[in-house]
Formats: sequence, structure tokens, C-alpha cells
Amino acid sequence: MSHNRVLEPATQEDHRPSSFLHSDATVKDSTGATLAGIRHAEDILIPGVEDIVRDVASHHPHGSDPVVSQTMVLNMGPQHPSTHGVLRLVLEVDGETVVSLAPDIGYLHTGIEKTCEAKFFNQVTPLTDRIDYLCPMTNNTAYALAVEKLLGLEVPERAQVLRVLLNELTRIQSHLVWLGTHAMDIGALTVFLYCFREREDLLRIFEAISGQRMMGSYIRIGGVALEPPAGIYARIRSFLNDFPEHIAEYEGLLNANPIWMGRLKGVGHISAEDAIALGVTGPSLRASGVDFDLRRDMPYSGYERFKFNVPVSNGCDVWARYLLRMQEMRESTSICQQALDLLATMNHQPLHADAPKTLLPDREKMKTQMESLIHHFKIVTEGFQVPAGEATSSVEAPHGMMNYYVVSDGTSKPYRVHMRNADFANLQALETMCKGRLIADVVAVIGSIDIVLGAIDR
Amino acid sequence: MADNSTPSPSSTSPAANPAAIFGKQAVCEAFAGHPAVQCLDRLLTDAKWDRQELTLSVAPQSILEAGQAVKEAGYNFLEDVTAVDWYPTDTPAAPRFQVNYSILSHGRKERIRLVARIMGDGPRIDSITSLWPSANFYEREVFDLFGIHFAGHPHLTRIMLPDNWNGHPLRKDYPVEGYR
Repeated sequence: MSHNRVLEPATQEDHRPSSFLHSDATVKDSTGATLAGIRHAEDILIPGVEDIVRDVASHHPHGSDPVVSQTMVLNMGPQHPSTHGVLRLVLEVDGETVVSLAPDIGYLHTGIEKTCEAKFFNQVTPLTDRIDYLCPMTNNTAYALAVEKLLGLEVPERAQVLRVLLNELTRIQSHLVWLGTHAMDIGALTVFLYCFREREDLLRIFEAISGQRMMGSYIRIGGVALEPPAGIYARIRSFLNDFPEHIAEYEGLLNANPIWMGRLKGVGHISAEDAIALGVTGPSLRASGVDFDLRRDMPYSGYERFKFNVPVSNGCDVWARYLLRMQEMRESTSICQQALDLLATMNHQPLHADAPKTLLPDREKMKTQMESLIHHFKIVTEGFQVPAGEATSSVEAPHGMMNYYVVSDGTSKPYRVHMRNADFANLQALETMCKGRLIADVVAVIGSIDIVLGAIDR
Repeated sequence: MADNSTPSPSSTSPAANPAAIFGKQAVCEAFAGHPAVQCLDRLLTDAKWDRQELTLSVAPQSILEAGQAVKEAGYNFLEDVTAVDWYPTDTPAAPRFQVNYSILSHGRKERIRLVARIMGDGPRIDSITSLWPSANFYEREVFDLFGIHFAGHPHLTRIMLPDNWNGHPLRKDYPVEGYR
């Protein structure tokens, strides 16, 4: 999937300035504006694969490699285990130093956005699970929020709290995968086994709640799918009681580990200004000193009733991102406990919005009441109409800001569904973080921005 | 964070206006003190306040100017660039492609949607990578999946699909099953 040919040559002649394909700082748009006005303009221009390949012939080593007279192109991935999926990187290296780097993505592109347009609104929910497959519940929530906005549905409190509980458990689960794989990339295999032990507990909880370990599709438009099984809250409570000890256990293995410190401290630096310019969100942005968390600053799904801290760090490096995510797991544990306390007080409240013509009826009602049976039949066979309009939902996913943009033209199928995933944007910052560092640091930095290729390629 | 301004008075806060408001004139009146509306006043072609979301439309040729203006008004973070294909609609009054820019203000803790509509014949708009370098991937994605050209983009090539791919899948005249 190298991109060395430009498409549609007929229109290219008419429309494009001659400097179009050169990624230098003098590229102009029709108003003559250039990137020169931006600080470090060259640093935050994200090169393409062919830029890297072309530049190699003209770049000469800074003396770190006595043998060759020019820099070298190194291909990494898409099957490289430390790229966390099918990410391909093309690196220009001077000895072991990274001169520039270009991500090549699209190996996992499945056209989910196009598929969504051919499904009923409620059939899209299972597709959203597969976008960022480490936080399916968060995807479900974001999609449900956008459609609920279009429908003007009021979700009952209990369903909102349950959503918060599951979103935070998902965050812990996603951070456990991040920590395990990140540590494994650096060479600390033990941590991986410990993290996946706890993750297994969480997946079993998800299975008990939704019937699926990962792709639960549990959070639906208008509420959640089912009543959680009896005894599940006690099980979650016992997991949460033990979990802070486990976090301490991971930290015990890593925090004072000289190899871990040496590989993480001072690596992958990105300033707050560059992070904002490059669209970085989530833990990586907060580790660069920007105090912004959607759960607190633009609350959704009733997050305003929970008390929690938003960890922020000015470290700007991989180490800061590590410490910050560890702290986030502790905060999530506290939010989950608060959610359980709240749920204990609202036992008999409904789990769905009151909208019989939009939401599937309760199973029991469907079997005993004629009206419900008709609604069920209509919704399953024809879907439900959503008023025309557009809506954006925005949630704080484990990897950063996740937005769902849904357009309806008044029919029962979405006219357009678009997902803005943090991973896609965070990947743009990879070059800025890795430039001038060693190849081995690239691995540490990829681990620290915590990408999932399903969310990048969609 | 540099921009730490306190939330504005309720008269300019969208949350104080629950009902939907359509049309440039009506939105400009309801949001007279709103920084984004204020700074775009001259450039606006249409506006709406719907479902607690502020959508501001500008002409495609003024997108850079509009981006610059909202950036200066405190909307510091470009979240996303995406498009909607309104095929077969394609008249000067209702052009085929709608390009959306979702822009967030960390200080005001709210987002606006900047919209430019462009005609379906050789769709083309200025790239905003000179304002927000993060637009790079977003615009490449829109180019790849919608075939909209972004003038001044440093590296406008396909990002998701192979470069010999035929057509732009998210266009409405592209079949869901693809060309076989």
C-alpha cells in the first residue's frame, strides 16, 4: 500500500499547484499561506512514505555510521509484533537514529462507515464494537449517545450509571492490555501475564453481563440490552476491592526497574503545543500538561455526578504517560465503586428509555402483549425512523477522544456514520515523538500512545 | 494549558438556548456575544443551532479565513475533518459535498461545527493543514474516501485504500458491495 502514484491525473493538472507533492515548508494553498509561520513547521509536517524514500538519497549521516555515505530506509511492519497490529512504519535511519518516519495505514480498512449506511440504526451497534476492539462498550456508548441525540431520547438514570460502570471497567481492561503489551515490548514479560490475569476476570464479568467476552454490543440505543445477572455487582465489587493491590503489584515490578526507567524516561517527548497542533487527545495529551478530560469538562452519560481526579503530568515523555495511565486505573476503580453504590439505590428503575416505537420491547411483554409484538415485528423488519439532522457525540475513550458523527435523512438507516478515533490522530504525532531518537525508542513510543489498528483503519 | 478563560456569561452560552434555531440571521441574534459567531459574522452563509450543537456554514473559498478566525477566537483544537455526500443533490444552492470541521475550544469547553458545501464536479477546497497540522490525516482520509481535493495539502495521497483503487467508496454513487 505504498502511495507513490497520484490518482485522477485528469483533475490533477487543472487543480493542483506544481509544488503539490513536496512536503517542504513552502507549500502554499490558494491564499499563499505557508507553514513557515508555525513554530517547528518542519517537525509537525507529517511525511508520507515516498517522502522518506526520496529524501534518503539527499541526506547524509551525521557521522554516527562510518560505513555508509547516506541514510537508510528501514521497513517496520505490518507484521512486526511491537506495532500492535498491522501498522507499517517506514523509517529513515542514520545508523540507529531515526531521521524521519512515516506510518502507512489501511491494512485493516474494512469500510465500516460505508457498511453502516446500509444497516438499520440498531444494526450498527454490533459494528461499532469492532472499531476499537479494546473498548467495545465505549464505542457502543458513543454511538448510542449520538443517535439518542437525534431521537431526543431521555435515557433513564440507572442505564446511565450502568453505562458509566461498564465504560470504566472497559477503561481498566484497555489499560491492562496497554500495560501488558507495552511492558512486553520493552522486555518485561511478567507484567504481561499479570495484566492478562486481571483482564480475564474483567472479560468474564463482561461475558456474564452481555453474553460475550469482547464484542458485547451491550449498550444499545436508548439504554442497555438486558438486566445484568444476579450477583454480578458483588462480583465486580470483589474485583474492584482487589484491583488497587494489583496495580501496586505492577508498579512494584516496574517503577524501580532500571531497564524500564532507562527505556521510558525522557523518550518520546512532545510539548503541549505540538500535541494540540497534531490532534493528540487522551492520556497522551494529559501527560503533556493539558488538563482536559471530557468526562469532567464536557460530561456525558451522567459523569457529572461522580467524583474523580483527572491525572495530569508535565513530563511529556513515555514515562509520564505510563504513570498517568496507572493513576487513571485507580481513578476508574473509584468511579466504578461510586457507580455500584448508586446502582444499589436504584434497583427497580428501568434500563431503557420509554419509546415503544423505537426500542425493542421487553421480551416478556413481547410474548404476552399484542401491541408489543407488533412493535417488535415492525422494528426488527423495518427499523425505526430517526428525525433528519446531524449529531456528534463525544466520549473519553481509554485511548482519547472518541466522537461519533451521525447524519440521518429521516429514514431508518443512517445517512452517514463517522467515527473520530483518538488513535488515528495520535498516530500523526509519532514522528514528532520519535525524531532524533533510536529505533528501539520507536517501539517504546508506539506502546505509549496505545493505538489499536481497528480504530485507525476502520 | 495556555487558554484558561472562564466560561462566558449564560447569554452567550449555547446551553441557555435549548430550542433549535435555524438561519444565519436568527443564530446571529441568539448568539450575539458568542465568540465564534462574532468572529465569523462577515463570512457566514448559513448557521443553525440544533440538538445543542452549533453549526456554522461558510463559503468554501473562505474556509482558511474562517479557520483562522475561529482559531483566534479560542477554538484551538481541530478534532476532525469529515464529509457527507448529498448525491444526487448538486445545485449551487445545495452543493453535493458537505465538508465538516469539528473544532473544540479547550478553554470554553465546547465545540463548533464549521461547514463548507462544495459542488460535485471536481470537488476542491483549501487545505487547513497550515492552521492545524493535524488536518493532514483527516484530509487525506476525505480525499481517499470522497475524492475531494485539498489544495495546499503537503501530501495528498490515498491513506486507507491502495493507490490503484477505483473510485471513492463513501460517495453515495459507489455501491455498498463495491464494483465487481
